Amino acid sequence: METNLTPLLPAAEVTLTALTVLLLDLFLREEEKGFLAWISVTGLALAAGMAFFLWGSQEGAFRNTLLLDDFALFFTEIFLGTALLTILSSIHYLRETNIRSGEYYALILFSTTGMILMAAANDLILFFLGLETMSVGVYILTGMWRERVEASEAAMKYFLIGAFATGFLLYGIALIFGATGSTNLTRISFFLSLSFHQWPLLVIAGVYLVFIGLAFKIGAFPFHFWVPDVYEGAPTPITGFMSVAVKAAAFAGWARIFVHQFSVVEHEWGVPLHALAILTMTVGNLLAIAQSSVKRMLAYSSIAHAGYLLIGVVAGKEPGGSALLFYLLAYAPMTLGAFAVLLALKDGEKDNESYDDFAGVGLKRPFLGMAMSIFMLSLAGFPPLSGFTGKFYLFRSAIVSGYTDLAIIGALNSLLSVIYYLRVIVKMYMEQGGVEAQPFAKAPCLYVAIVIAVLGTVGLGLLPARALSLSGVSYLSLR
Amino acid sequence: MTGDQFLFLILAALSTVSSLLVIFQRNIVRSAMALVATLFLVAVLFLTLDAPMVGFLQILVYAGAIMVLFLFVIMLLNSALLEQRQNFWWGFGSLTALLLVIEILFLVSKSFELDGRSPSLSGSFGSPELLAQTLFTDFVLPFEIASLLLLVAIIGAVVLAKRGA
Repeated sequence: METNLTPLLPAAEVTLTALTVLLLDLFLREEEKGFLAWISVTGLALAAGMAFFLWGSQEGAFRNTLLLDDFALFFTEIFLGTALLTILSSIHYLRETNIRSGEYYALILFSTTGMILMAAANDLILFFLGLETMSVGVYILTGMWRERVEASEAAMKYFLIGAFATGFLLYGIALIFGATGSTNLTRISFFLSLSFHQWPLLVIAGVYLVFIGLAFKIGAFPFHFWVPDVYEGAPTPITGFMSVAVKAAAFAGWARIFVHQFSVVEHEWGVPLHALAILTMTVGNLLAIAQSSVKRMLAYSSIAHAGYLLIGVVAGKEPGGSALLFYLLAYAPMTLGAFAVLLALKDGEKDNESYDDFAGVGLKRPFLGMAMSIFMLSLAGFPPLSGFTGKFYLFRSAIVSGYTDLAIIGALNSLLSVIYYLRVIVKMYMEQGGVEAQPFAKAPCLYVAIVIAVLGTVGLGLLPARALSLSGVSYLSLR
Repeated sequence: MTGDQFLFLILAALSTVSSLLVIFQRNIVRSAMALVATLFLVAVLFLTLDAPMVGFLQILVYAGAIMVLFLFVIMLLNSALLEQRQNFWWGFGSLTALLLVIEILFLVSKSFELDGRSPSLSGSFGSPELLAQTLFTDFVLPFEIASLLLLVAIIGAVVLAKRGA
């Protein structure tokens, strides 16, 4: 029997890069370690190129456990781009802390491999292993700055809660396998469509357990308690990586498993998810207002954004699915950019992350001020930035699918979020006495990352048509 | 009495004795060693029941990996003697044990009703060959990814536990 290895190409390329980085790390002197970042970036770029050339293919491999469709490739590009920006903004950070750079880059690459497999998995076992590869990598990255007590606390918390969530997911997978006799999603959904609304209790219990496991991963209410502490304790570049790539990977699971394959049992999970979407965005926004640290505010804002994204899952089908994909794409540059600006304020061992540290930054460093203003306005959903177009299509998909209440509550929540996003801009331009930001000469790669993020945020806002059609095509490629 | 039954009685008696030893030893290391013996005997019981795969996994996973972990923890904590537990946990433990005994008696009484009506399995069900065949055809990719996952976990253990930068 011939095995088709093409669908594995991007993931294999990233794994290979990770192993190369790990091995080279042993032979490089301390001052040459910067080289590893460039190998990682090259590897990621190569994988992105492969994914680009594979676009449009529709193949399965390993008895359809792994699928190569536009959906998987779309997410692959998001993961690779996020990992690339994370590495670019980490170079300066790693020099100032004593995190071991070889393992750091390798773990980012391994986590990315896990995510790519999650998006391409058509089998619950493979999905689970991809999710674990991603999560274990990120648990370690969270705790890698060992001198900081908060980092160790965050890593421990993340690990324990993550293991707990994995328990739910795995138990759910076991129950579904027990009832349907397969872990293959196509076969499970075939079984579900045959049963004519008479599903065994076992399947429904399994679906709910998988539901809870995935809700933990995106930090949806009431499974969000770990998010602020973990996001605050983790190294800032990793916080950005978590809030974009890890979330996108979990939403790839939501889209492929729930919106697409489990759509037959939608009336079982649709109603609780509807309530979860409303609660998640409202709770996230209300708690974000009360924060005094910008990093913690961004953590709560990421909970709120998980709520907006859930609107797409509830709305489902073509408008919801493609709006979800587009929002994930639009969400990546603005969030990564905001964390990159936060990194530019870092001074030596000291993290400067409170609102007060931002005072006057816009006047002293006009570029950083402008970039941060763009990211904040985009996160709040101002036109013509990517956050606005993303929200517009999400809310529209909710109205088209008959969930007008979700669109209204989503819009009200966006208004609420303006309070805390604008506070950053007000601090930057109307007050004095904050910290000195790093100049371009000291952290050039960080500035490059910020420029890319600004271009992405503005570009996706002004010219969304191409990206929107791509996300539509990707969603429709699900089989 | 057939040979099978004779073998079963010996194994059952031995495993009961060794599991009683687990509870009644005061020295915690001896207790752990008795647990190893119990798990090993249960594995042999599985072998006599024509379930070689479960038997070997029992030895590999429980008697091998998990018990080694137990012993590591015991030696790290370095407390050879257990103090007497009398209060809340004693009552909780007895209650749980009582519930389990009732459950077993109930299941045994049920199994007499099922006599002769239990579903039969094909000869190769649960055999190592069948498992290996599934593992290396349908699930070969997950099998490989599991090795990647273990690699990540090992790197993590080294990075987080290594002394000095």
